[in-house]
Amino acid sequence: MSPSPTPPSGAAGSLLSLRGVSKSFGAVAALTDVALDVAAGEVVALVGDNGAGKSTLVKVLSGVHAPDAGTITFESREVSVPTPAAAQQLGIATVFQDLALCENLNVIENLFLGREMRALRLDDVAMEVRSRELLTQLSAKIPAVDVPVAALSGGQRQTVAIARSLLGDPKVIILDEPTAALGVAQTAEVLNLIERLKERGHGVLMISHNMADVTAVADTVAVLRLGRNNGVFDARTTSAEELVAAITGATDNVVSRRAGKGRPEAEDAPDDAPEDDTPDGDAAAERVVLKKGAGDE
Amino acid sequence: MSDLMAPPELKSGPPGPSGAGGLRGALAAMADRVRGGDLGVAPVVGGLVVIWTVMQILNPVFLSSANLVNLALECVPVGVIALGVVFMLLVGQIDLSVGSISGLSAAVVAVLFVDHGWPSWLAILAALVLAVALGWFYAQVFNRLGVPSFVITLAGLLGWLGLQLWILGPKGSINLPFDSRLVTFAQLDFLPPWLAYTLVAAGAAALYLTGHNRASQRRKAGLPATSERTLVVRSAALLAGLGVAVWYLNRDRGVGWMFVLFVGLVLVTHYALSRTKYGKSMYAVGGNVEAARRAGINVKTIYTSAFVMCTALAAFGGILAAARLAAANQSSGGGDVNLNAIAAAVIGGTSLFGGRGNAFAAMLGILVIQSISSGLTLLNLDSSYRFMVTGAVLLLAVALDSVARRSRATHGRA
Repeated sequence: MSPSPTPPSGAAGSLLSLRGVSKSFGAVAALTDVALDVAAGEVVALVGDNGAGKSTLVKVLSGVHAPDAGTITFESREVSVPTPAAAQQLGIATVFQDLALCENLNVIENLFLGREMRALRLDDVAMEVRSRELLTQLSAKIPAVDVPVAALSGGQRQTVAIARSLLGDPKVIILDEPTAALGVAQTAEVLNLIERLKERGHGVLMISHNMADVTAVADTVAVLRLGRNNGVFDARTTSAEELVAAITGATDNVVSRRAGKGRPEAEDAPDDAPEDDTPDGDAAAERVVLKKGAGDE
Repeated sequence: MSDLMAPPELKSGPPGPSGAGGLRGALAAMADRVRGGDLGVAPVVGGLVVIWTVMQILNPVFLSSANLVNLALECVPVGVIALGVVFMLLVGQIDLSVGSISGLSAAVVAVLFVDHGWPSWLAILAALVLAVALGWFYAQVFNRLGVPSFVITLAGLLGWLGLQLWILGPKGSINLPFDSRLVTFAQLDFLPPWLAYTLVAAGAAALYLTGHNRASQRRKAGLPATSERTLVVRSAALLAGLGVAVWYLNRDRGVGWMFVLFVGLVLVTHYALSRTKYGKSMYAVGGNVEAARRAGINVKTIYTSAFVMCTALAAFGGILAAARLAAANQSSGGGDVNLNAIAAAVIGGTSLFGGRGNAFAAMLGILVIQSISSGLTLLNLDSSYRFMVTGAVLLLAVALDSVARRSRATHGRA
């Protein structure tokens, strides 16, 4: 099946939508005429090869870069996002890959860092209550809220970083490579958390290089290639090969050939994704990892 | 790994009536922290006990009331300077010029007060304003030019020493009149016994009441809280400990006002660092500057405040030292003042790596250093021994900090 992009369905029903967004750095066109929609309670995975423009798009949405052209519509209003603070105020929270937590402070202190309650006589009790509430809602597996973040695992830190972004009560949450550098169990934990965000009605935009994670948790997969849209797919009905083809721009290439060859074994391999949440067990069992580890772009 | 061993669910729901395990739970938690490399005040208190025991064996005068009264007063000037150093170390920076700044302030106060006949409070105020300006200047160089604090303050160490010598002029030494308030405050003013006991009782009551309020608030919110018994035991221990100390000091001259001032400064600093947004920002900047910046903390302001607090407290300590000596001279703030202040903060448990430590570190650290100094002086040993012993203790303290840090890393508490 050739990549058959479903045409952008328009702003109707979508929380955040981008139309015709372009951004160049000097002579380099990082984004050209990009469209993207995120609806409430929807997980959109943003995939693409290195240099495809994923990070630039996230930076446009989080107010780090201003787009050269195009419109951003948020809750049916056309908005501009000039600064990170403006993005926060609109209700767009971004969790970057380096989580920016203070290891010497505990979970509560990290959650409320920079927005402590009662500046001159900290309201510890209220902050702890709110932290526990939030983490319980997310079914987060954190041993205790008064341990330093240094004592937490990578997945738990990711959870704290995501919970931290939720304190501002955002509508849309952007996660930059949330499962990079995480172990199998921790990845499952974070994917569960993303499901939880979806249930709470947040729109989630997730950047990932890991096709297994994408197919496990996303509703829609938006592919960027060389700074342009290269198809929007329904994660339930699209196989990983098709996604890889869209990402690399060809159906027949080294990655998809390898993926096809590895398929029989992959089906027997234990599935680390949460069983009950897997939309398509067959697709999720395939682990086509384009690139592991850090560094997007 | 520890994360898999950890209880899977967040502990929540109303705690039992006795709170989280009561006294035994608190002790177990402490033992757990120490094993994990979070040593707290344990090593410095242990060290203090060892030093006092050894010194007492070597010279029975050491633990006499008269000597301890003196020891308490001797601690104050450098202790106040060390308190400022704690601010700098918390944000992961260092001020090497605290000695020079204390000497400079002593000279400024002496010149204005004695030579120019200013009222003492105005002279002190002028010296403090000058110190704040110096701290602000450091911070500007640090924030705008990005020069490491180590280098800025090293330049300051030389520069302000020069300024101090220039201000003192060819005389080189200015005596403060013995009957001035400044000198009597530092040398002769002691709390009347009834007031000392009242303060001790008030302190214990305050500890109990704040703990009680906090615990009942937490219970109301359904959070685990310290049990009533732990609170009572804690307050009673404080009451008994301080009560005995005051009684013992009162057998001689008693508790000096200057020492009370120091304790007050430590308590205020402790509150600011642990219970305010400002304090959390200090720890955040020391722990991870980038995270602090992204959390919306104005990192430059925090650095500026640390520089200014450090220089202001250094100046204040220098003024107290001059008052104690009843003179400001060319060696004020020189010699070992600088390194004793930094060593006190580190020995007390403030990490040189930033983001870890508290106000009590300055107090405990300076107590260790002054005990060594006082004990060796009583043995008629000259300063060569004092330097060597203090150096060894400092090395031990920093080594302990490094080992604890490694232990924290292996226990996943970095």
